[in-house]
Amino acid sequence: MYVAVKGGEKAIDNAHALMRTQRRGDSAIAELSVDQIRQQLPLAVDRVMNEGSVYDPELAALALKQASGDAVEAIFLLRAYRTTLPRFGYSEPLDTEQMQIERRISGTFKDMPGGQILGSTYDYTHRLLDFSLLAAGEAEVAPEEANALSEALAAGNSCPRVLELLNKEGLIEQSREAGTPDEVPRDLTREPVNYPAERAVRLQNLIRGDEGFLLSLSYASMRGYGDSHPFSGEMRTGRVSVELVPEELGFPIEVGEVLLTESEMVNQFHGSKELPPQFTRGYGIAFGRAERKAMSVALVERALRAEELGEEVLYPTQDQEFVLSHTDCVSANGFVSHLKLPHYVDFQSELEMIRRLRKEQVQRTESTTKEEADA
Amino acid sequence: MSVEQQQETPGTRSRQHWMGVLAKSSVEALQQRWQALSLEPEYQFIRKPETGLTMLRGRVGGSGQPFNMGEMTLTRCAVRLASGTLGVSYVSGRNCQHAITAALADALLQERSTQSLLQRELIEPLQADLEAERQQRAAQANSTRVDFFTLVRGED
Repeated sequence: MYVAVKGGEKAIDNAHALMRTQRRGDSAIAELSVDQIRQQLPLAVDRVMNEGSVYDPELAALALKQASGDAVEAIFLLRAYRTTLPRFGYSEPLDTEQMQIERRISGTFKDMPGGQILGSTYDYTHRLLDFSLLAAGEAEVAPEEANALSEALAAGNSCPRVLELLNKEGLIEQSREAGTPDEVPRDLTREPVNYPAERAVRLQNLIRGDEGFLLSLSYASMRGYGDSHPFSGEMRTGRVSVELVPEELGFPIEVGEVLLTESEMVNQFHGSKELPPQFTRGYGIAFGRAERKAMSVALVERALRAEELGEEVLYPTQDQEFVLSHTDCVSANGFVSHLKLPHYVDFQSELEMIRRLRKEQVQRTESTTKEEADA
Repeated sequence: MSVEQQQETPGTRSRQHWMGVLAKSSVEALQQRWQALSLEPEYQFIRKPETGLTMLRGRVGGSGQPFNMGEMTLTRCAVRLASGTLGVSYVSGRNCQHAITAALADALLQERSTQSLLQRELIEPLQADLEAERQQRAAQANSTRVDFFTLVRGED
């Protein structure tokens, strides 16, 4: 059966015009600027940068404005934009040990060197709606320094990782074997994921993955659908310098700074034939102040190491193909949304088939009844 | 610095330093100090400012094998002064003016006649601004540092 699918142009134009009107809202109310979004909704901006996989707060804020605040739509816009830009190579691996710490907490060591720094956080708030914000309240100014500057912070010295403390006793696995040279990681924006995927590719996939999906997988694995109930060894947020080596110069230069959140989880490991009992690590990192994301990445990252550590793969969170092929919100949204497109012909054919099956069933029942009556 | 294949001469080190300062400074601060110098060098573009992406790499566990984290916008530019000196810039973000000014400053900082002026009037003040911002952030963070104290319990 032929079904006309042309003829919606005018309706589509009008629908887009209506969308723009709705996005603007009541024109008696001041329009939101991209700068305001960037400055005042930074956590939304961070999420778009992470899953859009492009560090550029201004572009992410613009995408949020254009998408009426829909994170997944904004992420799609940013992903689409990135395809129009040329690639100028790869940065040097970021040195997060040299991060200028703005927040650093550990769930495992109370007295870590450098101290616990809470930074700006929603933790410990009472989650009561603050009606002073509704009444256009004044912004609170951050308090002046209460303590003398800690030496490490003031001098800008490196801040060693908490997990290195355990490393000194050899109770925790090394993040790499001593003396192994750097390997060039595969880049999944250039080549598709092959299974089993190596750790670097898994991590790249998770970092651009949907926060909600990764959070739920982490939750499930902690509740028992997985073997992952770790400690938070350390979480740190701060600025890290970006260096790259331009071909024409041949030496590394700093090109800017990025704000990152890094999470390291410590998991129990009962040991295997080759390895004594020790702690293992799960690693997560994200753009901006994205703690929930960084922690979820670390949890799932560790769960996906099951095979490499000789653990039994029993749950979806430990299954690479299940996790890695479903993290991407742009793909997921695309596939679910495609159901909105015309499926008139497909549906028509299924309708015909159901009608035929029904008719056949009725005929069969009638003939059986007739046979029974005859008998 | 993780790349050591290049001979690190003192000249290279100071160039790395000023290129870093030019890139990390805000475009507003850079433009303001640059315009105050009223330098109008003759130059031509070797590479007009162009915006692209660089893939940021991290290390697994912070110190393990490299992995690709996600991209960052980056703008680069290259200029040649009438004297033949080449100036190069790579700055994060998408601001072409930032890249042009940084490339011009890089070129003039390599010229004997302008080097000390630019060091004094451009790089040093910008570096001081960056350091002041850094100190302010450090102070804010430090005000949230936890001082644990232990409650004494029991009889003794």
